[in-house]
Amino acid sequence: MAVTSPGQVDLREPPSWRRTKNRIATVLMVIAFVLVIIPLGFVLYTVVSKGVGIISKTFLTSGIPVIVAPPDVGGMGPAIAGTLVITGMATLLAVPLGVLGAVYLNEYGGKSPLARFIGFMADVMTGVPSIIMGLFIFSIWVVHFGLSGYSGLAGSFALGCLMLPIVIRSTQEMLKLVPDSLREGAYALGATKSRVSVTVVLPAAIGGIVSGALLAVARAAGETAPLLFTIGTVTIGGSPNWNVFKGTNTSLPSQIFANASSPYPGAQARGWGAALTLIVIAFILMIAARLVTARFSRYSHY
Amino acid sequence: MTSVTQAGPAIPAGSARPLSERRPLGDRGFQVLALACGLLVLVILVLIAVTTTQQSASWFSAEGLKIFTSNWDQATNQFGALSFIYGTAITAIIALVMAVPVSVAIALLLTEVVPYRWSRPIVYVIDLLAVVPSVVWGLWGILVFAPWIQHIYASIGSGVNGIPVLGNLFGPPTSGPSFFTCGIILAFMITPIVTSLSREVIATVPAIDKEGAYALGATRLEMIRGTVWPHSQGGVVGAVLLGLGRAMGETIAAALVIGSSPTITSHLFAPGYNMPAVIANQFGEASGEFRAALMGIGVLLFVFTIIINVVARGIVERNARRKRGA
Repeated sequence: MAVTSPGQVDLREPPSWRRTKNRIATVLMVIAFVLVIIPLGFVLYTVVSKGVGIISKTFLTSGIPVIVAPPDVGGMGPAIAGTLVITGMATLLAVPLGVLGAVYLNEYGGKSPLARFIGFMADVMTGVPSIIMGLFIFSIWVVHFGLSGYSGLAGSFALGCLMLPIVIRSTQEMLKLVPDSLREGAYALGATKSRVSVTVVLPAAIGGIVSGALLAVARAAGETAPLLFTIGTVTIGGSPNWNVFKGTNTSLPSQIFANASSPYPGAQARGWGAALTLIVIAFILMIAARLVTARFSRYSHY
Repeated sequence: MTSVTQAGPAIPAGSARPLSERRPLGDRGFQVLALACGLLVLVILVLIAVTTTQQSASWFSAEGLKIFTSNWDQATNQFGALSFIYGTAITAIIALVMAVPVSVAIALLLTEVVPYRWSRPIVYVIDLLAVVPSVVWGLWGILVFAPWIQHIYASIGSGVNGIPVLGNLFGPPTSGPSFFTCGIILAFMITPIVTSLSREVIATVPAIDKEGAYALGATRLEMIRGTVWPHSQGGVVGAVLLGLGRAMGETIAAALVIGSSPTITSHLFAPGYNMPAVIANQFGEASGEFRAALMGIGVLLFVFTIIINVVARGIVERNARRKRGA
């Protein structure tokens, strides 16, 4: 738009002070952006430079070491296994429930007070601190089962609670974009409402739904707080626990948290290695989400 | 099946109600299932409130209003939460003071200054901030950032020592992990959400208003102050409140960089504690009354963040409705 350059529109030259103020404001906005890039670049640089040296096949597969001080012993095998199974289970719980919830909000509830209230509370729920989800699962699940209550499953419940409102909201946004003419066409062919929702509306929005779910998974995979009191502590030196239903477990974020508060350089080095692994996983999920959006979205905001 | 094929064409979209008696069981079952999934949100929120309150009931009843004192002593079983509430407030305020101007400036940069093809990469970069997990911010904060900024704190501290107000705020004792370090890290973490929400709000300002301001000869800054700001004020306040809620609840980064010392002091460079951090650090080893107290702090945190989020979402939603009406 030519209009956005004031010089062309403004017939009177603004006094120089007004232009100077305008320039100062623009420069301040750019500085604000630079202020954000610097720490981001610094964090990513530190994680990559300190983490890349320690990552190897042994690091990714061997157990959490018993003696933490030396730098080149043990690895993150159990933590990677834990992150995969706990986040995977949380996804299996939260994504179907969240998508169905969004189908209710968009296809059945519409503008009814109940649907609007649920949508509003889903937004509020995204703001509930993640540690509260940990305390919640602890008090509804872990305390009733004692020591055997600590398991990957309990952690998945906590992460699932965190993901549910995010999935509901992102899915609902995508369902809103599906044009009504598609629904009407399906009704005209005699389909029931459930059939229209499942076979017409959801497939039409699948790209956006999947990419929203991937972003929710990326967020959940990096969470530590909901797992602190739900998955128990790692069996030191033990092999990866691939069973999400039984036995204590650990995760990459939990291991980073443990190693960050350790005074030993060896433990800290493993912390950086785990941080790099975690960030790579998060980035892969984020890039996958972008690719899915680009490849499969039929309807978008633009 | 036959009844369906006959009934189908008669149903206009969204008004199946008159035919509801003739709908097959599976169709109605699906609707109930979907409704149940929607209600799950409300069920979980209620269950969070009920179960955590049950687990902390003994703390609330034993301490009564003394939960708002600052006596925190495991040896004598005194668990007043004031120092943690104070720490939460202070760190969240520091985070907001730093993050809000930066976020709003970036939102304005994206909507009013740069062309569309540049704004997308900038949005990607801001989103990257949100992808870095909390615990990685904490790891970087405690091992890299805190040791580095410690020296700056120390020299500022010795510089302002003895000066009335500045000395009280920035004077010694200074330490790497502190209220201020925690506030800075939280500021990085809430910048993406405040930016993206402010941007959404600012993007709704009608182009015609902006063009009108330019037509009257306004510079870009004057246009922003005259049209964009009055239009989006409310929504930005909502975005800021949501950022506040995030800053209050952010756990793991705070637990690592806040210094873990339950003190109430005006010295921002001194180590402190806040509500999520004390739960994260101590709940694992706690039992009995101590555990109930930490669970109770969680209940307080839940209540605070729910109130802030309800108010913030209410503001944002009312703002969005007014936009649509206009």
